[in-house]
Amino acid sequence: MTEAAVEARSARKEYGAGEKKVRALNDVSVVINKGEFFTLLGPSGCGKTTLLRLIAGFESPTAGMILLGERDISTMAPYDRPVNTVFQSYALFPHLSVADNIRFGLTMQGTPKAQVDARVAEMLALVKLEAFADRKPQQLSGGQQQRVALARALAPAPEVLLLDEPLSALDLKLRKEMQLELKRLQTETGITFVFVTHDQEEALTMSDRIGVMRDGQILQIGGPREIYNKPVNRFVADFIGETNVLTGTVEQGGVRLPTGDVIAVDNLDAAIQGTKVSLAVRPEQVRIGDGALQGRVAETVYFGTDTHCHLRMSDDTEVVARMQSPPSGDTGLQEGQTVSFDFVPGAARVLED
Amino acid sequence: MAGTTHGSGRTGWILSIPALILLTVGAAGPLLIVVVYAFLEPGEYSGVVWDFTTEAWFRVFFERDIFDDTVTFADAHLTIFWRSLKLSVLTTLIAFAIGFPTAWFIATRPPNKRAFWLFLITIPFWTNLLIRTFAIMEVIRNQGLLNTFLLNFGIIDAPLQILYTDTAVLIGMAYVYLPLMVLPLYAAIDRFDFRLVEAGYDLYASRMKVLRRVILPIVRPGIVAGSILVFVPSLGAYVTPRILGGGKNMMVGNFIELQFGQGRNWPLGAALALLLLMIVLVALLAYVRVTSRDDANG
Ligand SMILES: Nc1ncnc2c1ncn2[C@@H]1O[C@H](COP(=O)(O)OP(=O)(O)OP(=O)(O)O)[C@@H](O)[C@H]1O
Ligand SMILES: [Mg+2]
Repeated sequence: MTEAAVEARSARKEYGAGEKKVRALNDVSVVINKGEFFTLLGPSGCGKTTLLRLIAGFESPTAGMILLGERDISTMAPYDRPVNTVFQSYALFPHLSVADNIRFGLTMQGTPKAQVDARVAEMLALVKLEAFADRKPQQLSGGQQQRVALARALAPAPEVLLLDEPLSALDLKLRKEMQLELKRLQTETGITFVFVTHDQEEALTMSDRIGVMRDGQILQIGGPREIYNKPVNRFVADFIGETNVLTGTVEQGGVRLPTGDVIAVDNLDAAIQGTKVSLAVRPEQVRIGDGALQGRVAETVYFGTDTHCHLRMSDDTEVVARMQSPPSGDTGLQEGQTVSFDFVPGAARVLED
Repeated sequence: MAGTTHGSGRTGWILSIPALILLTVGAAGPLLIVVVYAFLEPGEYSGVVWDFTTEAWFRVFFERDIFDDTVTFADAHLTIFWRSLKLSVLTTLIAFAIGFPTAWFIATRPPNKRAFWLFLITIPFWTNLLIRTFAIMEVIRNQGLLNTFLLNFGIIDAPLQILYTDTAVLIGMAYVYLPLMVLPLYAAIDRFDFRLVEAGYDLYASRMKVLRRVILPIVRPGIVAGSILVFVPSLGAYVTPRILGGGKNMMVGNFIELQFGQGRNWPLGAALALLLLMIVLVALLAYVRVTSRDDANG
């Protein structure tokens, strides 16, 4: 039985009043488990930061509550919550050295000096910044500042660590490094991480579970594989990775495409026969070779390890197939050539809109 | 804006000429005259006699009896300097206590409203200092606004004697110099990154601790600038103590003026002025030293 670390129960947050009222969070409920790497993923303005701020205590919910374990902390001051934040802007104290930044939370908690010193040294080692202990934040690179922010937030050993797009200011290479680093830190410390990003790849590689958000709501919560392979609706399917969307009509045993082909679909239970539905198929789940479906090769795009092949079916629906590039780099597919293809069994899923 | 700030070679030098002239004529010249006068004999009725002597400096610290030439320590001078120092420090503290919340208030208004509040702060500058000081007098005198109000509401039975006390001087100076505290504080707070307050809260610092450990250290340049701008003119204040303090509660400025006027002892006045200058310098050095100390730990 997993234990809850943080929970939002019908949490609602409205900013402003009257005409200008904005509902940033619309009755969000989510349980984040102890020791979990939980990611909030969604486009800009969907309420990710707002949810973090409710958990951190910088805002209080308009309705609903925030629980830490079993405790309702909705009205608890941020400085009383055993929750720390890694801010998107880092928000390092410019007047304090790296070591003193890390020391800050511990000192405020009233930890004895000897213990504080030991902990600061430990944190500096953890983020590999021992050599920079006496520098001021302004004298560090972006990646180093990011690690100070992390060490500062981890030093007081919070029950939950909130990270608001901590990697968004870093360049791609550093970002990849820090992703691994963060994951390592999370595993080593066992602290519950609530991580915010709008980068789906980042979410997929790092998270134990992901909550996909849109317009102040969480649309789907699940592990990366589940979110990727079984998106509940079109928005999630589109937002997470590339996907082919086909339309068809429900009938016995599957969905009939305009081309006349019938595709077997697992999650048809709720759909009524005769209704129009959208089907999602991931490009890597399209197999070219033999199969019941026919398509003309419209274009092949080489991406290094992968090649994307755009297939046009007889009703002009485009299906993208992703395959591994052969060692020679040449897939042997000619533009204009007609090929047979099909979908990996279980790959096609009906989407809610 | 092309590269004039670090003007190199000849151009840079030429551009600094106006400033050099201004410094020579406006600061160094008068100072030199004061230094020279401090080592001359006082003239019969005013002015100086061009004979070198250190008598003026002697008279700063000691009293010479006119009849029997006995020498006593000039503790009256010390009292005046001490009162000036005390009043100036208190003025600075009061101006900070009022100025900080004020500057904070302005800096946290929406950007388009700040100009309005800053404008209000600077309005007193539009009026003559004398008039403002008399206005204060009108408020605090025995039949003035404040006492009338307090008496009418039965808060006091007899009028408070504020006018012609150190309190009156304090009120006057704090009022007059307040904008000089608010403006640099505002500039510093305006640059302050308010997200750091949340970072402080997040790391278990209460409101007071965030103020002491995050906000104050970061806006310190503004506090230092504001304090200097208030302290220095307070120490040399003349008009306010003269009007609100009456004749008996002199500050150094009044005492120096006395030497150039009724006292007819210009050299003593010059020596006192130089002593004041040195006190200011020492005080500033000490202040800057103390406030720039790294108080990161503990
Ligand atoms: N202080 C505020 N006052 C009014 N509206 C706000 C405030 N903060 C956020 N909002 C609004 O609430 C909604 C959610 O904002 P939020 O910052 O939570 O989005 P986000 O998911 O973090 O976006 P991003 O990825 O761009 O950071 C937005 O529409 C935003 O405009
Ligand atoms: Mg955000």
